[in-house]
Amino acid sequence: MRYLLRRTLHAVFLLFGVSLLTFLFSALTPGNYFDEMRLNPQISPESIAALHTQYQLDRPLPVRYAHWLNAVAHGELGFSFAYNSPVAPLLWVRARNTLLLTVTAALLAWLLALPLGVWSASRFGRVPDRVVSWTTATLLVIPDLVLALGLLILAVRTGWFPTGGLVSVGYEEFSPLHKLGDLALHMTLPVLALVLATLPMLVRHVRASVAEVLDAPFLRAALGHGIPHRKLLYGYALRAAANPLISLFGFSVGTLLSGSLLVEVVMSWPGLGPLLLESILARDLYVVIGGVLLSMIFLVAGNLFADVLLYWADPRIHTAVSPK
Amino acid sequence: MGGKCPPLVQEMTPLLEVKNLHVSYSARTGEVCHALAGVNFDLAPGEILGVLGESGSGKSTLAATFLRLLPSNGKIQKGSVLLEGENLLEASAQDLRKIRGGRIGLIPQEPSSSLHPTLQIGQQVSDVLTAHETLDRRSLNHKTSQLLASVFPKDAQRISRSYPHELSGGQRQRVLIAQAIACGPSLVVADEPTASLDPTTQQEILHLFRTLRQKLGLAMIFITHNPALLAGLADRILVLYAGRIAEIGPAARVLYSPQHPYTAALLRCLPSHFAESRSARKAKPSVIPGEPPDLSLRENGCQFEPRCAERMEVCKSDEPSAAVVNELHEVSCFKFAG
Amino acid sequence: MRPLLKVENLVKHYAAGRSTRSKDRLAALDGVSLSIPSGETLALVGESGSGKSTLALCIACLETPTSGSISFEGIDVATLDENQQRLFRPQIQLVFQDPASSLNPRWTALEIVSEPFLVQRRFTKPDRTVRALQLLDRVAIPRKLAGRRADELSGGQKQRLAIARALALEPKLIILDEALSALDCSVQALIANLLLELQASLGLAYLFITHDFAMAAHLADRIAVMDRGRIVESGPTENILRSPNHEATRALLAAVPRFIESPSVLVTA
Repeated sequence: MRYLLRRTLHAVFLLFGVSLLTFLFSALTPGNYFDEMRLNPQISPESIAALHTQYQLDRPLPVRYAHWLNAVAHGELGFSFAYNSPVAPLLWVRARNTLLLTVTAALLAWLLALPLGVWSASRFGRVPDRVVSWTTATLLVIPDLVLALGLLILAVRTGWFPTGGLVSVGYEEFSPLHKLGDLALHMTLPVLALVLATLPMLVRHVRASVAEVLDAPFLRAALGHGIPHRKLLYGYALRAAANPLISLFGFSVGTLLSGSLLVEVVMSWPGLGPLLLESILARDLYVVIGGVLLSMIFLVAGNLFADVLLYWADPRIHTAVSPK
Repeated sequence: MGGKCPPLVQEMTPLLEVKNLHVSYSARTGEVCHALAGVNFDLAPGEILGVLGESGSGKSTLAATFLRLLPSNGKIQKGSVLLEGENLLEASAQDLRKIRGGRIGLIPQEPSSSLHPTLQIGQQVSDVLTAHETLDRRSLNHKTSQLLASVFPKDAQRISRSYPHELSGGQRQRVLIAQAIACGPSLVVADEPTASLDPTTQQEILHLFRTLRQKLGLAMIFITHNPALLAGLADRILVLYAGRIAEIGPAARVLYSPQHPYTAALLRCLPSHFAESRSARKAKPSVIPGEPPDLSLRENGCQFEPRCAERMEVCKSDEPSAAVVNELHEVSCFKFAG
Repeated sequence: MRPLLKVENLVKHYAAGRSTRSKDRLAALDGVSLSIPSGETLALVGESGSGKSTLALCIACLETPTSGSISFEGIDVATLDENQQRLFRPQIQLVFQDPASSLNPRWTALEIVSEPFLVQRRFTKPDRTVRALQLLDRVAIPRKLAGRRADELSGGQKQRLAIARALALEPKLIILDEALSALDCSVQALIANLLLELQASLGLAYLFITHDFAMAAHLADRIAVMDRGRIVESGPTENILRSPNHEATRALLAAVPRFIESPSVLVTA
């Protein structure tokens, strides 16, 4: 229990640190939205000055940070100058879109990686295993960008898949089933790109962890007791090899919001990635901070989740962690 | 044939018949190491056979061969192992799985690493039961508790919920024993079951074996390098040297009037405790000179010859075959050439 | 005569963790006193968890005791500063139970035996090789094995190597922590032989830690029995064997597998 408490405290502390750093970096970068506005002769300097005060850009940094922190605690993430709307709703919509993509991709990737990795490890060194190793190595070497672009080209050439966006035109008029189908069609290529990007690494990790365990005496003993093959591989070997995989899973959860930026931008998926990109370029301070903070929360939560899972899955951790 | 069962049980078919077993390992360098080179013996139902051998004698290979658990570089060159008439070496993968744990129980070496690190003890014992029997939940739990109670006179409930790292070496060994006898096999192979234990724990485990033998009528193959452990436990003893049987016979005979020079030399090596006078203590223990043979070189002649105090000319060139010295007592040595 | 090693009231506490293994809580010394005269063997017999290994580590200055004193040739080792300690360490050497983990498996026999010279910065390179080979001779490891890696040697050969390494700096006391327990019976006899020879020719003192009473009785001049961090009984070997007083001693004696006595005592199941 103490272990979990410690990890949670650690996570909260981390979040504070991240928010502070993000705020500082964004606030300290040269230029802000208003520089653009100043160039526009139609807007009077007084209006700009008024906006300045309204958004408290003339106050010292610590004060701004404190105010912002207070606001965040109330669920208010500030205001976006570029979109001229509160940040929070903007983020939620985009985050939802991103999660749609990444959760599907992560689930698929893990559901494929586990059996593939276990199967490969059980045939370690033989032809099927070599084929898997070779394929995963090749996929790893190909940059995500190339994968995404490649799929895009496929879409353009064949016309089987839409080349971008979340839904087709006229989506609102579709029947629920048609809506679902349309969404799925749009999701296919981005999800495929994400899966192809993450699957190889997962497979290799699963394979390596399981292969190491397959040599262990307790597995040989279980074999000697007549434990059936499938149970041996999944109930015993995979279970014993779970620790590094749980950490990896935590990482997967952690990168649910941040890992798909590239794919979203290339495939025009209206997720958090493109939003962040635009906001950074436009110096839209609060959107950037909000977006980064959200990603960080996921990352920290993912790791915490992994810690909890690890604690639950491995009884040896209960006794390994002792108070000072 | 080698190592016949005692006459009282000769009417019954032997439980296990090992005939001319040859097993070898191939190293990465291409060298072939002959771990077992022609082993013959029988085992009667309910009999405890002690296999006495030091490192390199092939004793662990023997255990692994019965259950076909040899590593990938191990190969059974020839021979047969008949369990109640069926050849284990020709069993299909399906049958093999049923035999392992179902008809032959294994107590593996290294209690510290032969249990799954993150599964509860009760679960690990139940898994062996479900591997061979279809039981509903209640019967499964009942049987598991019974099994654990038979090896843990007290505390069985607590142990069932514990994990391996929470148990002592002796306790882990008991769990391994429970797993081995779970499905009522007719034969249990114990590979150095007391190797890493304290002397008092060792005695407790040996006592447990005796009790189980009485209650369950198990046949057992008890593999060890320490002859003293077999006294009072084994019915017969088989002495293994360099992959061959040096001597096999009733325990009392082998321990107290060993016929093979190796057995005799080995028994003389044991520290003579309780020596009352100072001159007997700190006297150099008698030793077997030299090193065990390199099993990748198949030398002509008797494998023990280079270290034997009673070697003869013929020992260099020919390999002795089993000669009957006494009723049921056979020795492979030219001293008893027959 | 001043004893070579004198330990007085040694106490060692380890921070009790949340571990449920009782072994961790027992691994403490609770006021241990003993002495070893030069050239003699003291056997320390006890079950696992009795504190024998902790005692070995404290005497070898690899652990700092919580209280109590360890004197070697009259000098209290706690009073030595770091430099003096480095010069002092060669006097007491350790041989462990598992040669597979106390010897670097990738080093050759020669490298392993030369390591102490390197650490203490003694002798030139050719000199080190010569001395190392002499050490190998001394423990009857054939010279042709000098270039073999440690993981290519047998258990008995590895343990001989460990002893050779322990002899390198000419110690006066060697602590053998269950050094024979992992070996086959015939190999145990061989190594025991070697130890007795070395003691006779070099005047070494041994602290022989074991749970095997039979071997202890064979090799030792005096026996001390340890139970739960204390020495419960000690004295000359004959006395202990003939009339053990403490129940721990009697339990350990009873646990020795008995069959060497006489055939009539053999119990057939």
